[in-house]
Amino acid sequence: MSVNRRKFLKIAGVSTLGMAAKPAANAFAVANPIEWLDEKLGGFTPSEILLHMGHKPAGLKAREALTAKRWVMVVNVRLLDEEIAEACRETCHKIHNVPHIENPKHEIKWIWDEHYEHAFPNQQHEHIDDALKEAPFLVMCNHCFNPACVRVCPTKATFKRKHDGIVLMDMHRCIGCRFCMAACPFGARSFNWKDPRQFIKEEDQNPEFPTRMKGVVEKCNFCAERLAKGQIPACVEVSQELCKKKGREPALVFGDLEDPDSEVRQVLRRHYSARRKPELGTNPNVYYIM
Amino acid sequence: MYDGGKIIAGVIIGLIFLTFPIWFTHGKTVKRPEVKLPEKEKQCVESGAYMKTKHMQLLDLWRDSVVRVAQRSYIAPNGTKYDMSLQNTCTSANCHAKKTEFCDRCHDYTGVVPYCWDCHIPPKEEPTEKPEEKH
Repeated sequence: MSVNRRKFLKIAGVSTLGMAAKPAANAFAVANPIEWLDEKLGGFTPSEILLHMGHKPAGLKAREALTAKRWVMVVNVRLLDEEIAEACRETCHKIHNVPHIENPKHEIKWIWDEHYEHAFPNQQHEHIDDALKEAPFLVMCNHCFNPACVRVCPTKATFKRKHDGIVLMDMHRCIGCRFCMAACPFGARSFNWKDPRQFIKEEDQNPEFPTRMKGVVEKCNFCAERLAKGQIPACVEVSQELCKKKGREPALVFGDLEDPDSEVRQVLRRHYSARRKPELGTNPNVYYIM
Repeated sequence: MYDGGKIIAGVIIGLIFLTFPIWFTHGKTVKRPEVKLPEKEKQCVESGAYMKTKHMQLLDLWRDSVVRVAQRSYIAPNGTKYDMSLQNTCTSANCHAKKTEFCDRCHDYTGVVPYCWDCHIPPKEEPTEKPEEKH
């Protein structure tokens, strides 16, 4: 097949364009498009940017905030006792305005204690250590690395914070469908069957934190509001105070898993630890030392 | 027309009912709501005019910013840094410490029912001299 003048010019033109396209694309190329987009959008998703179109951009990270790449908690069950567990539960529920409802069908809990056989059902057998049988296993939301609840939420009301891995609830968006409760293998979520405010005594209210309303799901938030102020989670704080008083090592430790020198990493290096239901692949961020 | 009298009477009565809100309030003016501005704090996060028209967008941006991207400080045009919080900044003791004398006045007047206070705790108020909860 002969190449006529017309065809030759066509091929030459396209080739020139092709050669020019490569450096042009390189000029615009970014190392990591997702990170680049994140930076440009200030952490908002494109749809959220559209939502706030024309408003003044807001927000700065508070300088005093505690930050980490991946927050985790280590619970040393051998150092826990009823008193510490009770103090953790009370403090958490008080500062987060979690109602105390007697009816177990309606109860709301962010942190509570379980027996070994309920915390680790697939590890249970009748001859486990007597101390473990009665030990209070403090359980809460595991802030999974791969959270099932986030995956099923139809409104993105529950989401994993990109920069530190905390799984949070946006109560403004929750429609109360309870998919997340069905998805969570740890039963860490509670549904507000009734208006929770009537179960919180007015003098017990923490005026700095909101309550919830009827029809939303709630759970532990790893004290995101305290981290923003530079404080560690409330349960970790009280348990460490109590442990100090009793002359023990801290029963609860909180820190950054990605930092090899963090306290959590040191504790995990020294002890044998386990996580709840690892076979489900949710990759929990709460570790138990037994 | 069968039963003409009854139909016409019915139509007239119907019209009277339908137009009741128009002629009943005709010539009367309802007093514009007066919000009580804070005594101590004179500077809001944005100008008064901006807040009057855009406070809902501002609050919406604040809540997304705080809850979803963990950015909690707001830099006002004059450079002051604020904690983006309805409960801890907007209705703090020095600012709009009385929801019934600020938020509710306009919202009641315009018939707007925002659901902020279903979850957020309004500031504690001493009962005012005249009862405010008419609605």
